[in-house]
Amino acid sequence: MSDPATPTPNKKLVIGWFSFTCCEDSTILFSELLNEHFDAWKKLVEFRHVKVIKSNNELRDLDVAFVEGAISSPTQAQEVLDIRNNSKYVVAIGSCACTGKPSASRNDLLPEDITDKIKWYMENFDYSQKVQKLDEVIKVDDYVQGCPMNAASFLTALDKYLKLCGVIPADPTPVNPQPQQ
Amino acid sequence: MQQGTITLDHITKIEGNAGLNVTVVDGKVTDLKFMISDYRRFYTTVVKGKPAVTAPSFLSRICGTCSVSHLFCSIEAVEKSQGIQVTDQTMTLRRLAYDALLIRDHALHLYFFSLPDVLDIDSILDISDDPDDLGYQLLYDSFAIKQLGTDLSNTIIGAAIHAPLPTVGGFLRLPDPTKFPALIDRLEAIRPAVIRGIKCFFNWKAELIRNSDYLALRNPDRYDYLVGEVINTEGKRVPEEQFHNFLKSVVIPYSQAEGYVFSDSKEDYLVGSLARINLNRDQLLPRTKADLGEYLSFFPSNNVYDNNLAQAIEILQAVDEAIDILKTIQIQPETPIKKDPVAGIGVGVIEAPRGILYHLAETDNTGTIINYDVIVPTAQNQINTENDLKKFFNENLHKTKEQLQHEAEVIIRAYDPCMSCATNFLKINWHEK
Repeated sequence: MSDPATPTPNKKLVIGWFSFTCCEDSTILFSELLNEHFDAWKKLVEFRHVKVIKSNNELRDLDVAFVEGAISSPTQAQEVLDIRNNSKYVVAIGSCACTGKPSASRNDLLPEDITDKIKWYMENFDYSQKVQKLDEVIKVDDYVQGCPMNAASFLTALDKYLKLCGVIPADPTPVNPQPQQ
Repeated sequence: MQQGTITLDHITKIEGNAGLNVTVVDGKVTDLKFMISDYRRFYTTVVKGKPAVTAPSFLSRICGTCSVSHLFCSIEAVEKSQGIQVTDQTMTLRRLAYDALLIRDHALHLYFFSLPDVLDIDSILDISDDPDDLGYQLLYDSFAIKQLGTDLSNTIIGAAIHAPLPTVGGFLRLPDPTKFPALIDRLEAIRPAVIRGIKCFFNWKAELIRNSDYLALRNPDRYDYLVGEVINTEGKRVPEEQFHNFLKSVVIPYSQAEGYVFSDSKEDYLVGSLARINLNRDQLLPRTKADLGEYLSFFPSNNVYDNNLAQAIEILQAVDEAIDILKTIQIQPETPIKKDPVAGIGVGVIEAPRGILYHLAETDNTGTIINYDVIVPTAQNQINTENDLKKFFNENLHKTKEQLQHEAEVIIRAYDPCMSCATNFLKINWHEK
């Protein structure tokens, strides 16, 4: 229900949410956080590029890009570079973006593990030789660790950028209550 | 009449990345490519050389939304490879956890991804703020339904995503029964909202009918996701261990996922909620059936959009089964069953929310994985999806490009594909000739 406690700000935090190579567990967790935070976030956040919940997306003038997943190909590297160039801040979301693993596990395969089937995929599509964590490809401003991301850390990061971008006052009261354990 | 090639660059509101290329010549679709474009992670190779007991937790990372399916299927495969037979209590708790998964996972797809299609809006963000608006009511229903699924998961298996408590042989920690009464009350209270959702998808008049064959797991004793034989529309029965031989994998050069057809007829088929309700609706719980009335009359159905209605029905079944289990289970202290490692092969076949999921685990005599294979539902549905889309385009080329792009997305969403499993959006390319 509508949350009268959250005042409507003069500007909203313009965000994007992006997924690369991963299991999208943090995207699912993000969608679950909407159960509790939908009303408050609708007042505070403009979801300019969030493919999991909308079709009309624009990669333009984002305040914060939340990026989940590791980078597996030159195509993905270019996409994430475009995201970086259109965002004031980039936050790496979840284990694969922050550390590469587990999506980067193929980097540890031995030559004898590379079957013809794997070779076929690697050669037929534009796979990079190595899967990279996000900060190996672009500058990253913050990290929300976890597999899936730690929900409390994400809410803390969101509060930080709501304040940093002037959407809410930089007072000590968090807008996003921490989830109950 | 459209000519040339249609490109749909961004299929949204699905789980994973995909694309679509359609070529039309002389008023007929001459080529259609449904491309799953998530990059593979080769986890079935990565898991080789690791202790089998660690495989399920790692392989749950194949997919965020149906991680519990991969976890349970992998556990079953490893248990069978090691000759471990779990207790009735473990199976009952796994069924309860699975009900929680179905409630949360189906509700995410139905309300966040497909409901905007029913309401003819872009996104849940566009739903009216008027509490009397049906969309508003359904959206807030969905928050409560999903949260209940998550809370039930948290109570039984420790988390809704990558649950830490289920393990080979049982549970690392048993749930706290003092939490059950409050969950029962919430499950009872949510039923009217779930039935409202069923009515919404029943009233949606979208239609794409093509004769498909259907595959689902059937347990002779109950509507089940975890145990049974695989059956098809013709009544053919295949034991879990033989499932792989029943299928022929098809390399699709433009897709990062293999497709599957029947090994004998080479025909396509569909798995998922529509298949399960078509083949197993007689086994729904009496209480569930009693409240479904006319909503079940659509089945069996060859309308792919009815996959949404079937999912909504399965939420009610999951709610009712969870109530029954929570009311009746008497938790007995037990620890996971352990055995000395042996060389063996085990097959797990279960119904993920999107359809039949297959894991095969082979171990050496130290209990180390030496071979592993996984077949996921979205890959199995890939060829069926292409064939449905060909029919759709051939019958609707009089529509505008924008209409065709939008409706193709809606069809693909009805399948509830999961591209992380096989591969978040679709690219349709429309080539004019």
